[in-house]
Amino acid sequence: MSLVLLIVIGVLFAVGFHLLLQRSLIRIVAGFVLLGHGSTLALLVAGGPAGDPPLLGRVRRGPMTDPLPQAMALTAIVITFGVTAFLLALAYRSRVFLGEDEVPDDVEDRRIAAEARRGDYDEEGGG
Amino acid sequence: MSDVLLPLPYAMPLAGAALGLLLWRWQNALRLLGLGILAATVAAAIGVLMAVADRGVIAVQIGGWPAPLGITLVADRLSALMLLVSSTVLLAILLYAVGQGVVGHSEAEPNFFYPAYLTLAAGVCLVFLAGDLFNLFVAFEVMLAASYVLLTLGPNPARMHAGMTYAVVSLTSSILFLTSVAVTYAATGTVNLADLSVRTANLPEGLRTVLALMFLVVFGIKGAVAPLHLWLPDSYPAAITKITAVFAALLTKTAVYALIRTQTLLFPDGRIGTVLLVLAAATMLIGLLGALTQQDIHRVLSFALVGHIGYLVFGLGLLSVAGLTGAIVYLVHHIVVQATLFLVSDIMQDETGETSLERLGGLAGSSAFLAALFFVPAMSLSGVPPLSGFVAKLALLEAGFGSDRTLGRAVAAVAVLTGLLTLIAMSRVWTLAFWRPHTPSGEPGPAPEPGERPDPNPGGRPDPDAGGRPDPPLGPEPGERPGLSRPQRYSRGLVRAVTAGMVALGLAIAVFAGPLTSWSLQAAADLVDRTAYRQAVGEGRNP
Repeated sequence: MSLVLLIVIGVLFAVGFHLLLQRSLIRIVAGFVLLGHGSTLALLVAGGPAGDPPLLGRVRRGPMTDPLPQAMALTAIVITFGVTAFLLALAYRSRVFLGEDEVPDDVEDRRIAAEARRGDYDEEGGG
Repeated sequence: MSDVLLPLPYAMPLAGAALGLLLWRWQNALRLLGLGILAATVAAAIGVLMAVADRGVIAVQIGGWPAPLGITLVADRLSALMLLVSSTVLLAILLYAVGQGVVGHSEAEPNFFYPAYLTLAAGVCLVFLAGDLFNLFVAFEVMLAASYVLLTLGPNPARMHAGMTYAVVSLTSSILFLTSVAVTYAATGTVNLADLSVRTANLPEGLRTVLALMFLVVFGIKGAVAPLHLWLPDSYPAAITKITAVFAALLTKTAVYALIRTQTLLFPDGRIGTVLLVLAAATMLIGLLGALTQQDIHRVLSFALVGHIGYLVFGLGLLSVAGLTGAIVYLVHHIVVQATLFLVSDIMQDETGETSLERLGGLAGSSAFLAALFFVPAMSLSGVPPLSGFVAKLALLEAGFGSDRTLGRAVAAVAVLTGLLTLIAMSRVWTLAFWRPHTPSGEPGPAPEPGERPDPNPGGRPDPDAGGRPDPPLGPEPGERPGLSRPQRYSRGLVRAVTAGMVALGLAIAVFAGPLTSWSLQAAADLVDRTAYRQAVGEGRNP
């Protein structure tokens, strides 16, 4: 198992989660893409060291590569690809509706925050 | 025989979805297709249930690849039961949607509703049948991909916002799921659940705990277990309400099912049992306390949904056959009742154009039938005897108080308290929306004015279930004629009949509590025992 690959996975996850926590939708989508790459890479690493192509009868000698994680990684790539396309469409739609790329404040959160603030002021006024 | 039968519950809806995309111009064909396919799925689910009752666990290797390598489908008592209940609810909600769509609400049935709905159905069924971790991941993705589309149907700013929150949170949990699968494969060299159940026993304890916790986080996000529940009350209420009903009934439950499956099969030593119990208590309290503070009826129901996920986790956390039995009965009860409540709230919204408890009122006077439709599932959710919620809660509480762990008994006490809180939350909705006279505060322009007394109207169809009491006309929405046209009456009748049918289904659960409990008991025993599951999958290995 290659240390470089592991570090790359770690970096991809770190950057991905960082971007996911941003307010701009396009950054969130980029974060998701990076996370997808990280997990796909993790699947590949899980297959162990690379060897000969796993084709029965055509292999010279030595150990074969485990084909199962590669099949899973392919499936995962297809899924993340499709979902990324959908996310981009959603981000675009959001921009059309809201006129900006930022995630708006949650209405409910704002209501509660406003109530809390009002409550504080009342207490201060009373005290 | 089972080779053909087992893939049907997900293959048919998938094929139907593909066909639906081709037929998108013809609404009537789509309706027939959707209903036909889902009816066939229910039939297939009954077939699976009978086969499982007959022969125990059945497994199929797709494509003939032997077990640890290929795709395995497995049905045991738990999955067969879940299949039947969810396909029935899926069919009922589709029937409801068709009923609403007959009037030609453009919002009720956008073009992609049927294909997306059928894809969702396929995903849900595949989750219950998946016999390996990666296939489980794919099943969740199929289901969630359809749910992103459904949630954002009929786009408006609120839905876009909710859809983005929902999609990003679900996708994050999916990425974590994929990573967990990778870690599992790296540690054991297999993703087949039956194979894993043997191999995880040889892993170092620390690694096993890490894996168990990773799966807990993954399914905790998808299933809205506190503190990972925050996305749910923000996103579900934004969707079209009948879609919220499907989500609330099934999506979180599939996650809980996956949690039960992975924890019992892969990590039977229950090292995270304590974590599960604490989270269960937190989920119950946070959910119901949240429900008490909300003003929007959909948000109240969404928070109540979160709270009741706690009961399911509680049953799992007890790590006993009794606890699992309770959780399974509760799953069945909650799928039906939660869907019913959302459907009723949808009718309320249709009648009054309101979802805010501040502005609703007087519905008991204006529509006694609707009031009855709400009252029964609401009381059932609160666990009032003799309804299904009582049966399910009783099974869980018996398991909890019978537990030899102090924490188990403590959480059982929290569960009792939560039942009480649910009763308060539901009574609050009942009092505000139905019982009090209608005194609108903060009136919007065109006042919805359901008269205090129900006027015996010429347009209304007498409701058989309400003892022949005539219904008042649809709450006069802005610009709507008081007299209903014929298709509108049919639509209204169908919508109400389906909802009444769901209420009756909830009652049937209480009536047939005996057989259900004994089936769940055996299912739970199978979950704990695990040999039948392994044998069935192993048999497929050397056919």
